Amino acid sequence: MAILELSGVSKHFGAIEALNGIDLSLERGEALGLMGDNGAGKSTLVKIIAGTFPPSMGRIVLDGEEVRFARPVEARQKGIEIIYQDLALCDNLSAALNVFLGRELIRKIGPCRFLDRTAMNARAAEIFAELKSETRPRDLVKHMSGGQRQAVAIARTRLVDPKIVLMDEPTAAISVRQVAEVLDLIRHLKTTGHTVILISHRTPDVFSVCDRVAVLRRGRKVADKPIADSSPEEVTGLITGAIEGA
Amino acid sequence: MTKIASRQGHAADQRRDTVDFLAQYAAPMFLLLLILVFSLLHQNFLHPLNVMNVLRQVSISGLIAIGMTFVILTRGIDLSVGSQVALCGLAAAYVAKGGLESRFAVGVEQAGNPVILAVLAALAVGMAAGAVQGIAITRLKVPPFVVTLGGLTAFRGMALLLSGGGPVSGFTPDYTWWGQGRIMMVPVPVIIFVVVAIIAHIVLRYTRFGLHVYAVGGNEAAADLNGINARRVTFLVYVIVGFLSGFAAFVLSARLNSAEAVAGLGLELDIIAAVVIGGTSLFGGVGGIGGTVAGVLLIGVLRNGLVLLNVSSFVQQIIIGVILVMAVAFDQYAARRRG
Ligand SMILES: Nc1ncnc2c1ncn2[C@@H]1O[C@H](COP(=O)(O)OP(=O)(O)OP(=O)(O)O)[C@@H](O)[C@H]1O
Ligand SMILES: [Mg+2]
Repeated sequence: MAILELSGVSKHFGAIEALNGIDLSLERGEALGLMGDNGAGKSTLVKIIAGTFPPSMGRIVLDGEEVRFARPVEARQKGIEIIYQDLALCDNLSAALNVFLGRELIRKIGPCRFLDRTAMNARAAEIFAELKSETRPRDLVKHMSGGQRQAVAIARTRLVDPKIVLMDEPTAAISVRQVAEVLDLIRHLKTTGHTVILISHRTPDVFSVCDRVAVLRRGRKVADKPIADSSPEEVTGLITGAIEGA
Repeated sequence: MTKIASRQGHAADQRRDTVDFLAQYAAPMFLLLLILVFSLLHQNFLHPLNVMNVLRQVSISGLIAIGMTFVILTRGIDLSVGSQVALCGLAAAYVAKGGLESRFAVGVEQAGNPVILAVLAALAVGMAAGAVQGIAITRLKVPPFVVTLGGLTAFRGMALLLSGGGPVSGFTPDYTWWGQGRIMMVPVPVIIFVVVAIIAHIVLRYTRFGLHVYAVGGNEAAADLNGINARRVTFLVYVIVGFLSGFAAFVLSARLNSAEAVAGLGLELDIIAAVVIGGTSLFGGVGGIGGTVAGVLLIGVLRNGLVLLNVSSFVQQIIIGVILVMAVAFDQYAARRRG
């Protein structure tokens, strides 16, 4: 049974039709590459799945149950993690606090509940080590490089064991070595039964880790097929519109 | 090549750290300097009586400045605190006196209510004022500057309406103790200020709510996406500043043994100045209670020292104005560097 099933999902912002009648089905342990030109609607689609905003029309079925998320936390509670394209970081806070933002670790002293910074720093350091990132938990995000910031956003998805991980251009700002780590992470997520949607403009990345590729063009899905049946040339043609559909 | 690049990166980091360091410690360092200068220029400056005098003077506006710190950390502002002080002070006074009919009475009445009820009245009115403004800001999406500018005139108007113009004076000794009493030489308002400052510091630094105040000020959209209820946090900071304005209003009326509709006129400017001079950024997300205490003391010490040196109050105003603009200019510079 599909873990995630979208049917007829549309989204308009005023007069702008960002998404138009999207059907999408994902299996457990499957990685989907989501591609398309700038403004094609990729971010809008994953944000709808993550509960950032509701669809204007259409149904979302998660694990056999129809869901309507009013807030992103609700999607998080149902096991959907997302790395936002803009990363959604607070520059004035440390890396560790950003990782734990909204689900801080707490230490009780009598009736009082205090932040457990030590535990958060320690756990964040472990996650950064796993991701082979140089990021230090206590550093303020405002002092960080683009790649370190991205590592902080990726680290958020490692706090719990989610069902679905949505990654909106997670490799846009990071080094070759760290791209390899993120791709390894996606492979690891697949073998442990997690479902991944990877948005990327980098065809080689999508072809190396994803099982399927879907292409959006101006809010419509113009292709959705196994990687094995496609080629980078075909995908490029689909993105630009040189190929109508496949 | 790499070496040069990394050294430059390091230098840039250090410059940023200097800016952060100054943003955090400029006020305490300047405060120490002032204390040193005034103690050299005037032999009575460090006399315990004068020290207590300064502390007592700053403790009432200091209480409100603590609340204002929460508000400014979320990138908000509350211009209505001076008017809240007038309204809350009258609320406490009427309750203590046992009703509105007592408004023109001067002596100590027997029929009044216990002091605790007067305190609760002041706190309740302050929190209600904060809640109304908080709702307007979070639900109606009116900018804090505009909402609290409206509050500034509306709450003052209510106070004037309620009082009919005259002061309410003559409270019981139980009441005035809160403004005039001492515990082991230390004025009660000072003790209240210190206790509230410590609690506020703990809340901001060590609790989830405090972290969320910083997160909302740093990036409200990101805070929301990560499951923080930014509206709730924003609403609460205005209730907190209202609560502390109410408390300060009660202590002020106790100290003056009188409450009136013109109390706290222009107080908001001094308070915002103290918070900003203390290093809390008007851009939100940066600052804290330690800085605010330093900022409040800085303004208090400056006023007191200049009075001791017979500098006119007009000149004091000019000096404080200049320091405020310098602090904001530095805040702008620091924010650009952080950018
Ligand atoms: N919150 C919003 N309000 C109004 N319009 C929006 C909003 N979010 C997206 N859009 C519009 O919807 C369309 C799709 O945007 P989206 O961000 O999903 O594109 P994308 O495929 O992720 O592009 P990119 O590759 O540049 O990230 C664009 O025309 C965009 O302007
Ligand atoms: Mg996008």
